[in-house]
Amino acid sequence: MSGLYFDIAHLLAGSLVLVSFMLLYQDRMFALLNVFALHAIVLSLAVAWQAFTQAAPHLYITAAIALAFKGLVIPGALHRIVQRLGIHRSIEPVGSIGVTMLIGIGLVALSIVVMLPVVTAASSIGREDLTFALSTVLLGLLMMVSRRNAVSQVVGFMSLENGLVLAAAGAKGMPLVVEISVAFSILIAFIVIGIFLFRIRERFDTVDLQALEMSRGEQQ
Amino acid sequence: MALDATNAVPLLLQLLQMLLVLALAPLISGVTRKTRARLQRRRGPSVFQPYRDLARLARKEAVIAESTSPLFRGYPYFIFGATWVAAALVPTFAAQLLFSWSGDFIAIVALLGTARATLALAGLDAGTSFGGIGASREMMIAALAEPAMLMVVFVVALLAGTSELSGVAAYMSGPDVGLRVSLAMALIALIIVAIAENARVPVDNPTTHLELTMVHEAMVLEYSGRHLLMIELASMVKLVAYLSILACVFLPVGLADADIGPLQIALGIGSFVLKLLVFAVLLGIFESAMAKMRVFRVPQFLGAALMLGLLGALLLFVSRLKQ
Repeated sequence: MSGLYFDIAHLLAGSLVLVSFMLLYQDRMFALLNVFALHAIVLSLAVAWQAFTQAAPHLYITAAIALAFKGLVIPGALHRIVQRLGIHRSIEPVGSIGVTMLIGIGLVALSIVVMLPVVTAASSIGREDLTFALSTVLLGLLMMVSRRNAVSQVVGFMSLENGLVLAAAGAKGMPLVVEISVAFSILIAFIVIGIFLFRIRERFDTVDLQALEMSRGEQQ
Repeated sequence: MALDATNAVPLLLQLLQMLLVLALAPLISGVTRKTRARLQRRRGPSVFQPYRDLARLARKEAVIAESTSPLFRGYPYFIFGATWVAAALVPTFAAQLLFSWSGDFIAIVALLGTARATLALAGLDAGTSFGGIGASREMMIAALAEPAMLMVVFVVALLAGTSELSGVAAYMSGPDVGLRVSLAMALIALIIVAIAENARVPVDNPTTHLELTMVHEAMVLEYSGRHLLMIELASMVKLVAYLSILACVFLPVGLADADIGPLQIALGIGSFVLKLLVFAVLLGIFESAMAKMRVFRVPQFLGAALMLGLLGALLLFVSRLKQ
């Protein structure tokens, strides 16, 4: 039976990495947001499964937070922001999608190479989770550097945080108060970023962050 | 090898498998077309229409363009031969047949690749512009689809410990497969590759003759009569080959194994035909739900398959340390 437990944990954590790749692959804004919601839903399933296998009820709360905030509230709010900014067609990747995907695969290989020797002492589920979590974090970072549009960078940031939650769920003994505070700080960060999005847009008439590189702070 | 009672039966079974694949191929195409027609609220031709089409082609005169080389007549038979051998090596209703030792996944991919390269050469042979367009597009798709296919082979072979299809089928129907994310990725990658290799809708439309979009049809424009018959039949057999790879690797239910009796054979054939029919209907539904892609979008579509295969192979190294 433990084999099946392991397999389901493996499947869910692996799907999270796969959904990270789907995020990188999207070239429409609303599709990106929908995949991001899916990312959070897969995360909450993975965390809930960890809660079940580790018999750690507080992880159910983490899963519920992930589902409610990142699966529903934030994608919904981003939908509204995108609609109000009127940028639902522009994704503006920096390089081509194919190259980005290859870099992403390289990052997954890197995290496997880095993680496997380090955590051999941990249980097999913990080791897997840490590997997948590091991949998700790196893919989130890649998403942030490979997109020019501020909204997709926010999505990259949030998916990075999903990877952190996965790592926290895999490591036993993470106190609930830390998880809740991380979740709320993410929410606050999201609100701040949302306000900034409108500020950037007001100032530069675009949410393409390349415009910021040119700015030297003087009035235009 | 003298033909006596001990090896006559395995040989006959192998022959039965070869003929079964050949006989079913037009029916599967017919079922797919019928499904598409019904979903478009047309009645559509009968599912046996491909047999009639092929019979008509056999009766027609074969016209050869003046500008072709002597090889032009030989290509269709070679294409058909390579495809048929590939399809006959895939375990369909029984795993341990006489030639199953040669039913290696990589060999099958290579045979299908040979047939595809020959088809591209045949398209170039007549020297028409359409043939050239078709051949270059076909090669573009092949250059992306084959690495993806090989990644799928690697995933499956790493898991099963063998690249022989009957061994893979035995492993997949065994107890220690489990629920593996790598296999799910390999399955999706294989489906994408199968769609691209068989020139189905998001990549190529098998029924179109529009210059801008056709790939497969552009290469075979110069063929007629019995030559066209061979090429059409080869593409139908190729579809069956891919569907039976899918069935044998990912759904080896009802596959007869080593000690084979009449009951197992009947069960094996019945489940094989059923699986193929289900796949054909699903393919028809999928094709109706998708729009044809621009040719320049195809690399992205196939790149996703390559990525899934690569990722699946990578993730195996995490899960390998299971015990």
